[in-house]
Amino acid sequence: MAVHLHEKGLFTWGEWAEALSVEVRRQGRAEDGSDYFDCWVAALSGLLVTKGVADAGTILALQQSWQRAAEATPHGKPIELANDPLR
Amino acid sequence: MSADHHHHDHDHNHGHHHDNRYTDMQARVRALETVLTEKGLIDPAAIDAIVETYETKIGPRNGAHVVAKAWSDPDFSGWLKRDATAAIASLGYAGRQGEHMRAVFNTPDTHNLVVCTLCSCYPWSVLGLPPVWYKAPAYRSRAVIDPRGVLAEFGLTLPETKKIRVWDSTAELRYLVIPERPEGTEGMSEDELAKLVSRDAMIGTAIARAESGKKRP
Repeated sequence: MAVHLHEKGLFTWGEWAEALSVEVRRQGRAEDGSDYFDCWVAALSGLLVTKGVADAGTILALQQSWQRAAEATPHGKPIELANDPLR
Repeated sequence: MSADHHHHDHDHNHGHHHDNRYTDMQARVRALETVLTEKGLIDPAAIDAIVETYETKIGPRNGAHVVAKAWSDPDFSGWLKRDATAAIASLGYAGRQGEHMRAVFNTPDTHNLVVCTLCSCYPWSVLGLPPVWYKAPAYRSRAVIDPRGVLAEFGLTLPETKKIRVWDSTAELRYLVIPERPEGTEGMSEDELAKLVSRDAMIGTAIARAESGKKRP
């Protein structure tokens, strides 16, 4: 996905590498790289904020909305954002 | 009888909504997906590929660690047999919903297979997100009726003499299959062993093989 966004011109490859390496080296990260995906998500979130694509509040609100939607979705049904009762 | 179906006396209508819950990380991925899709910056298919990676590569590492430790450390293996919830928690993998874990060990005589016949209860803490087929009605019903046939469809043909036990998960009790340690892996470190353990091997639709995760020369 990062490649995809880079191709769209959202950020340069250098900016992505920098954002990811900051996250990977952040204190408390696993030494064996098992939380690489967490780092990746944090790096992408950070870049979207930096680039003005979305602000941190919007991303957090959407994240909470998805969680409410998941809990409101009956078993066996696809979880959709529209299922958030507060939406 | 070649297949035992362990049915648990529990209320399957109760408590299952707890399974439909996103961790902060899962919800954040969905949020990023929404932002980027709304802005026209990505194709949702690109995200599916990422989520697939999370499901098949990153999530099940916890379980693989448990299996590799059980193979390498007889004390841990014994603990896992007696009290899987505590043994697994000792490695830092605890269920978010307080569910209990039971480890079922494959042996030369018995192969174990896990299903949730009524929904999709799954040991999230050790295997990450459940694969789509695990939630599919076809798997959920046929794993009980014809486990040998289901395994064959996964490319796993077991000898007729090998018994298959099917374990039906519940909201309160989740199963982790401990595959048999492959031959020729003596002397391997825990990390090396963990690479041989696939998600499917810990559900029981595959076995651990000495060469998985490595390219043949």
